[in-house]
Amino acid sequence: MLWSDLELFDPWREIERMEKILSRLTARSRVEFPAVNLWLSGDEAVVTTELPGIEPGNIDISVIGKSLTLRGSRRTEEAKEGESYHRRERWHGKFSKKIELPFNVDADKVNAKYSKGVLKLHLPRAEAEKPRKISIAAE
Amino acid sequence: MAETTKEIKKEEAKTPERAERTRSRRLYRPDVDIIEKDAEIVLIADMPGVDEKSVDITLEKNVLTIHGCVEPEVPEKLKLAESEYGVGDYERAFTLSDEIDREKIQATVKNGVLRLILPKAEAAMARKIEVKAEA
Repeated sequence: MLWSDLELFDPWREIERMEKILSRLTARSRVEFPAVNLWLSGDEAVVTTELPGIEPGNIDISVIGKSLTLRGSRRTEEAKEGESYHRRERWHGKFSKKIELPFNVDADKVNAKYSKGVLKLHLPRAEAEKPRKISIAAE
Repeated sequence: MAETTKEIKKEEAKTPERAERTRSRRLYRPDVDIIEKDAEIVLIADMPGVDEKSVDITLEKNVLTIHGCVEPEVPEKLKLAESEYGVGDYERAFTLSDEIDREKIQATVKNGVLRLILPKAEAAMARKIEVKAEA
């Protein structure tokens, strides 16, 4: 900060600025489970997420307008009496995550595929919203 | 989110000093559960993107190494808009005790989860000694 700026120094604004920087730095580690990757084109969105060890029937996918919700749960093997854990790192329990897409989705045409523990969703943009090319008729 | 908080950050694996990697892909350390049972030790690893053909298990001296190759699938003609996780290979090594019967190790992969069954050697199995009441 320059001395000449001193008159304009506003501590609240400074704090806000710092917070913004900090939240940007920590945003990556604060992602809600499950982490997703999102690909976009003008008329389609593709969402992938890693959900190993779930029966595909136990993943609940719902689409309303622009939002996609993924729900499900996983149970890991419980140690029985006389058995013991040496490590227990794998996630277990319920999850629910909402993803906002930039456009309305045609819910009837959503395609979901689960393979090798990875869920991949194809979400086509609603027909009514698709950009249209307007041709100019020659006189 | 419900009952449990989950650490979702994929942890990158450290490359062992002696080995040099020939692939430029990122390397992750899979999360594992290890359960010790009476006759065997069960090791379960989350390795999404891996199937039975792309997982490699090696046992050298006392070190068991699991390695999984993942081919990243990139949708054609689409642009990556948000990336919350990275895709790459998996690797993790474990030191086994001598009590494992190496010949009988079994491995299966289902839905991106590797399950290894490491049977204990006969000699190491705990024996139950019955105490008889004196007549």
